[in-house]
Amino acid sequence: MKFGVVIFPGSNCDYDTFNVLKEILKQNSVFLWHKDHNLKNTDCVILPGGFSYGDYLRSGAIAKFSPLMQEIQEYAFKGGLVLGICNGFQILLELGLLPGAMLRNKNLKFLCQFVHIELENDETPFTKKGKKGQVLKIPIAHYEGNYYAPPDIIQELEINNQIVFRYSDAQGRISKEANINGSLGNIAGIINKQGNVMGMMPHPERAFEVHLGSKDGRLIFESILKTVDSRQ
Amino acid sequence: MIDKKILEELNLTLEEYETIVQLIDKEPNITELGIFSLMWSEHCSYKSSKVHLRKLPTKGKNVIQGPGENAGIIDIGEGLAVVFKIESHNHPSFLEPFQGAATGVGGILRDIFTMGARPIALLDSLRFGPLANSKNKAIMEGVISGISSYGNSMGIPTVGGDVYFNNCYSLNPLVNVFCLGIVEKDKIFYARAEGDGNPVLYVGAKTGRDGIHGATMASAEFGEDLEEKRPNVQVGDPFKEKLLLEACLEVMAKDLIVGIQDMGAAGLTCSTSEMAAKSGSGIEIDLDLVPQREEGMTPYEIMLSESQERMLIIAKKEKVKEVKEIFAKWDLDAVPIGYVTKGERLKVKAKGKTVVELPVKAIIDLCPVYERESKSPFYLKSAQKLSTLPGSEDYNQSLHKLLSSATIADKEWIYRQYDHMVQTNTILLPGADASVLRIKGKKKALAISLDGNSLYSYLEPKTGGKIAVAEACRNLSCVGAQPVGVTNCLNFGNPEKPEIMWQFKEVIEGIAQACQVFNIPITGGNVSFYNDTEGISIYPTPVIGVVGILEDISKMVGPGFKEEGNPVVLLGNNKDEIGGSEYLKSVFKIERGLPPQIDLEKEKRVQELCLEAINLGIVQSAHDISEGGLAVCVAEKCFLSGQKIGCRLELKDKIRTDVLLFSESQSRIIISIKTHHLQKLLSLAQKRKVKAEIIGETGGRNISFRHLDEKVINIAVTKAHLLWKKKIPEIFRIK
Repeated sequence: MKFGVVIFPGSNCDYDTFNVLKEILKQNSVFLWHKDHNLKNTDCVILPGGFSYGDYLRSGAIAKFSPLMQEIQEYAFKGGLVLGICNGFQILLELGLLPGAMLRNKNLKFLCQFVHIELENDETPFTKKGKKGQVLKIPIAHYEGNYYAPPDIIQELEINNQIVFRYSDAQGRISKEANINGSLGNIAGIINKQGNVMGMMPHPERAFEVHLGSKDGRLIFESILKTVDSRQ
Repeated sequence: MIDKKILEELNLTLEEYETIVQLIDKEPNITELGIFSLMWSEHCSYKSSKVHLRKLPTKGKNVIQGPGENAGIIDIGEGLAVVFKIESHNHPSFLEPFQGAATGVGGILRDIFTMGARPIALLDSLRFGPLANSKNKAIMEGVISGISSYGNSMGIPTVGGDVYFNNCYSLNPLVNVFCLGIVEKDKIFYARAEGDGNPVLYVGAKTGRDGIHGATMASAEFGEDLEEKRPNVQVGDPFKEKLLLEACLEVMAKDLIVGIQDMGAAGLTCSTSEMAAKSGSGIEIDLDLVPQREEGMTPYEIMLSESQERMLIIAKKEKVKEVKEIFAKWDLDAVPIGYVTKGERLKVKAKGKTVVELPVKAIIDLCPVYERESKSPFYLKSAQKLSTLPGSEDYNQSLHKLLSSATIADKEWIYRQYDHMVQTNTILLPGADASVLRIKGKKKALAISLDGNSLYSYLEPKTGGKIAVAEACRNLSCVGAQPVGVTNCLNFGNPEKPEIMWQFKEVIEGIAQACQVFNIPITGGNVSFYNDTEGISIYPTPVIGVVGILEDISKMVGPGFKEEGNPVVLLGNNKDEIGGSEYLKSVFKIERGLPPQIDLEKEKRVQELCLEAINLGIVQSAHDISEGGLAVCVAEKCFLSGQKIGCRLELKDKIRTDVLLFSESQSRIIISIKTHHLQKLLSLAQKRKVKAEIIGETGGRNISFRHLDEKVINIAVTKAHLLWKKKIPEIFRIK
């Protein structure tokens, strides 16, 4: 199993993500430079959090034009696993690999805090070690995480079971109060129709150790390992 | 021709001008005079504070770098060192809160990574006027967004700090930003221009007209013309700085450069002349080569610009190509604009002509030093008097008022706007006594606390200085950390007023005494004078940042109660003092009396006891008593307990009840402990001659206090918690 973590010039969760893959999960992991045209034979590409190009315009809007993105598009079309976390999710939306867009949080402030998310689809390559209805405690840290898509898209996501995570309370109840940033349908993470590209706003790499407040983020990376192992 | 009007605009006195002429042996041209006006400004030269700052202890066995460099450095063992400093950005943050605060963060970050360290934590000490005033509200909102925008984008967690509210900051907010980085001890870089002929490289953003005379602005009072000063505030670009950070650390790691200095206040002027002066060398640069954002800039403007996100690098002669390649990788220019020379002179050319030729020593080292007149202020005697105390009201009511006073209320609304978790080292989240950061792969961790109660310093400056140090250290001992180094930010009014100078001297005396007793060195900091608007000065506001080490991260202790049925123990003595308290301020609108008095030796024993008990693993929770006194301390211990555990306490001191509950007497820590560890704790306390009194136990759903057999406070934890938590969000709620 080989993970690739993309570095854009303004990525800032690249090392955090690399650290959990390499030091905690002990996986072969490499960095992928945004100016290169080489995915280095990785089994899963991760677009980490950060502010890819400063994001003064719209989060991810410029990252979309990075040279490496052509390779990632092709890789995704061929079924390669791509996970976008936070800014990575925003970039996947800009690339069109996932539907929808991000608006500013409903309170118009950056939000950094632990949230609860309910796992809604446990059949994806990124969540198969979990159980539908399970609640995870994972931090968010974003300004633009208020998910929006037109009604027909939302309907399609619902019908195809593409909504992977929703913001919930600790008991897994999906409520208006639990909808921290105002996302439509409390959406915190979605997957593409083909089931190989997932984006999520919460940061699983920040929830890996008890003394950081939660270990729930492991589920996502361990699911990827399980998926790739079973493929090989 | 230089005339009086120009001197006034440049904030130089006639005497200073005459000194300049004598030192450089010619009449300076306007660019040269501009250089002096910046480097001899209070902000850059410390001309009014230098004689007093010398009293601060700066030596210690772990000090690698004391004051005088971009930041201080302390050895923390295992081949590592911490680089840290605090700096103010008060004036810009008032004029343009968002950009002022943002560039404050940008500036302190550059100070840290200039030395080769990767920044791992930011903290902020903020002071605002009352939020009932919409202008103060807007300033606070802008400042917090600015800090959030810059720090978050850079990926440096903002992990803590403190916030106070007082009338005196109404037209003069304080924004003090602290940053800490980690570096391998043998990979530290300094601001040196060494090696005759080595190239001077300009890296980072292009130079524009922004921020010209920022340092001079920060060295004068604001009058009615403050709107006109808005263009003096620089605009920040955190993305550019992120690139700069990565590129600089990369050229340092590859050992391609000999020296580096950031261009902060006083820009190109400061970086060139300081690097040369520190190395006994000279620098020659050509302004035509400086990357410029605007056309037609004069040499004066280029030399004085404070455009952000720029650095000056002295590269190794043969490594220029490699340096340029690394900067190109990060989409940044690295442009040779000159070289190091032998004589100690700064020579600047533009369009083939020499526009500046000055001895660097005159610019940097020979600025006049003032021992300004000082005089005990008139207000002091009457302000210290608190003859009769108003009658107390219902104690539950008073506790409500305190919990919902902005200074005491929960600050989550602020810190959740900061990414405080990025880099995944934040072990103790904001809201505790101190911030704790792990060092990946090591057993030890770092703890940081900022503190400074300005009302104490207003009422008795020396005591205020002592308490600022004592409390910051006490905060560290509550999490289990030993203080190792201090940085300070001294915010005062106009030093040309003898009363302000007196406050300054006294506060420094207090800080110095406390540092000596705790045996911790001051490794640097910043002085911000002229915090006056329309003739009104702020309270003297020393902000102390203390860095400490937890030897074993697994021993760390938090402030909140852990479980029901734990004895609650008060370390230290309750005293009959209420002057300068948040209680008097919030409940009776009184800011008078003598502040709590402090016995530094006793304070040290209390802290050592707490630390020893934590290291033995017998402490469940620890929280020090500060603003709001014992009752607020206990309430916070309930709030921070996770399950909202209550407690039943009984006080026996023969002190008026409200004074006992809300006094801010120093040297007190409240801990909770398992019953079977009690004897051990009491014997440790006896050995250290510290009073340790069991005042009750945790449990139930209420915060309940009895005093001399009478029930005095009884509130449901959930109700009190809501008051405390909702206060600030409600003020800023979008309606």
